[in-house]
Amino acid sequence: MNPRLFSATVLFLVAAFLIGPFIIIVAASLSAGETLAFPPQGFSLKWVAKVFEVESFRESFAMSMLLAVGGTAAALTLGIPASYALSRYHLPFGEAVRTVVALPIIVPGIIVGLALLRYLVVPFNFNITLALFLAHTALVLPYSVRVVSASLNNLRSDIEEAAVLLGSSRAGAFFRVVMPNIRSGILAAFILGFVTSFNQVPVSLFLSGPGVRTLPIDMLSYMEITYDPSVAALSALLAFMSIGIVFLAERFLGFSRYV
Amino acid sequence: MSDSAFLSLEKLTLAYGDTVAVKDLDLSIQKGELVAFLGPSGCGKTTTMRSIAGLLKPKSGRIRLEGADITHVSANKRSVGLVFQSYALFPHLTVFENVAFGLRLKGISGAELEVRVVSGLNSVGLTKFANRKPAELSGGQQQRVALARSMVMEPKVLLLDEPLSNLDARLRLEMRTELQRVQRDTGVTMIFVTHDQGEALSLADRIVVMLNGAIEQIGTPEDIYNSPASAFVADFVGFENIFPIENGRLRAGNGPIELAGPLPHDAAGLAWRPRMLTLGSGPFQGTVRGASFSGSAREYLLDTPFGTLKAEVDAALPAHCAGAALAFDLPIEKAAKLKRFN
Repeated sequence: MNPRLFSATVLFLVAAFLIGPFIIIVAASLSAGETLAFPPQGFSLKWVAKVFEVESFRESFAMSMLLAVGGTAAALTLGIPASYALSRYHLPFGEAVRTVVALPIIVPGIIVGLALLRYLVVPFNFNITLALFLAHTALVLPYSVRVVSASLNNLRSDIEEAAVLLGSSRAGAFFRVVMPNIRSGILAAFILGFVTSFNQVPVSLFLSGPGVRTLPIDMLSYMEITYDPSVAALSALLAFMSIGIVFLAERFLGFSRYV
Repeated sequence: MSDSAFLSLEKLTLAYGDTVAVKDLDLSIQKGELVAFLGPSGCGKTTTMRSIAGLLKPKSGRIRLEGADITHVSANKRSVGLVFQSYALFPHLTVFENVAFGLRLKGISGAELEVRVVSGLNSVGLTKFANRKPAELSGGQQQRVALARSMVMEPKVLLLDEPLSNLDARLRLEMRTELQRVQRDTGVTMIFVTHDQGEALSLADRIVVMLNGAIEQIGTPEDIYNSPASAFVADFVGFENIFPIENGRLRAGNGPIELAGPLPHDAAGLAWRPRMLTLGSGPFQGTVRGASFSGSAREYLLDTPFGTLKAEVDAALPAHCAGAALAFDLPIEKAAKLKRFN
């Protein structure tokens, strides 16, 4: 086989494997039939319209947004000072801190979820929404530390000394000359965190309760009962949302520099 | 310390953790002086400068400015400016806003701010770059922005870290002239750090030569150039033939050197620049090992009973080839008399 043809075939197969499911979902969501099926039966937008009518979807979407926005904001509130300390000072346990912060990426989500449920929620009757919030914060933290650290490392530290010698306090120097220069890194970390949190399943699966559910979990349970194409329609909408966010991030921030 | 000292360092000891970088340093500087801290890397010159700026807390000792003890005054309240070696401009701000930064913090705004920033930029010839970002400027222009940014604050002392080392030869001359002009126009006391003796000699009123965290010699450029106090300073300013005096005799690596005439009894060593050797006549014999022609001069490496010596003569004199035997002399009256040999 000709090597060019071979590599073109491999490329096509990989692309088909990655993009195929997305095309199937989009097509299935536009079906006029009553059940989730591919190829779609006819064409209609009724399942897309139905997504907006299901009340539990609205509630779980609100919960997912709250976790994604709030959890990511909390992770950045912790992550920015942590990144600053790790990149500017030679800390005695700096490497250890870096490793601990990265752990939520390495430990399988299912273990994190089970652990939180078994040792936090059950014994202490801990509020499940708060547990979810803490879990999402912890899951997003590694990304925020990594991305913010990367932009801090690209920034000279002597500009802070320059600001101090021009009359600024140390804290003032941080807000006046460090923050403005790592702003795009922070925004990139926010977007990455948002997407990570929004798409999170295993941890959220364990930390669900009456009226407390994230959107992906709600979709799973909806499908167990109702096998109609509205789940496909919702998936397609979410996929377009993610694509839109990442596209805008790349367009305005050069997102790929940070990730 | 004399009462007229504008800035004085008293028994200043500086350390990074347990590593002492500068020990018991005493120095006083007059108002309006242009002083160079000269020395090899690691000699403590930058550390000393950082402590004057307030960026490094002394382990012990005191720093006084206009008589007031500023040892524990924080860096943002000292009226000491610093032009960083890397310039440290704020990348997100325009040239105008970089220069305005400190003035804004002082609460200056509106027309007065505008006037002061523009006059600051004007004095370094960068008015038309006011709206550019630092990344759009050349290195020399960035440095002038950094200079203007410090000078608009009207500091009592302006510190400059290696102000000429990142510039090419032509810009160096320009910046040197610029710094001298700023100093003349404003009368600001300037201290700059350099490892380049040429920079120190050409720019400073007074040079502080440092080695291993201590002052090796303080003097005018002429003093330092003509009368180095120690073998280290002599070597640093271009004396290439340096010998200690031991037991009343000049000593080469392999034995004594018998010079015609008595040695100065208060010297610990003698040093000759290549120019100071007499070639073609004298009591000693050497062999030319290598010769080079530099346009205005001819340089020779001579193998002699005292080791390899370096000699330089006017290029108008006839050349000697490698291998030629040459008589030479080390004239005592020309030698620099070293007080210390280290």
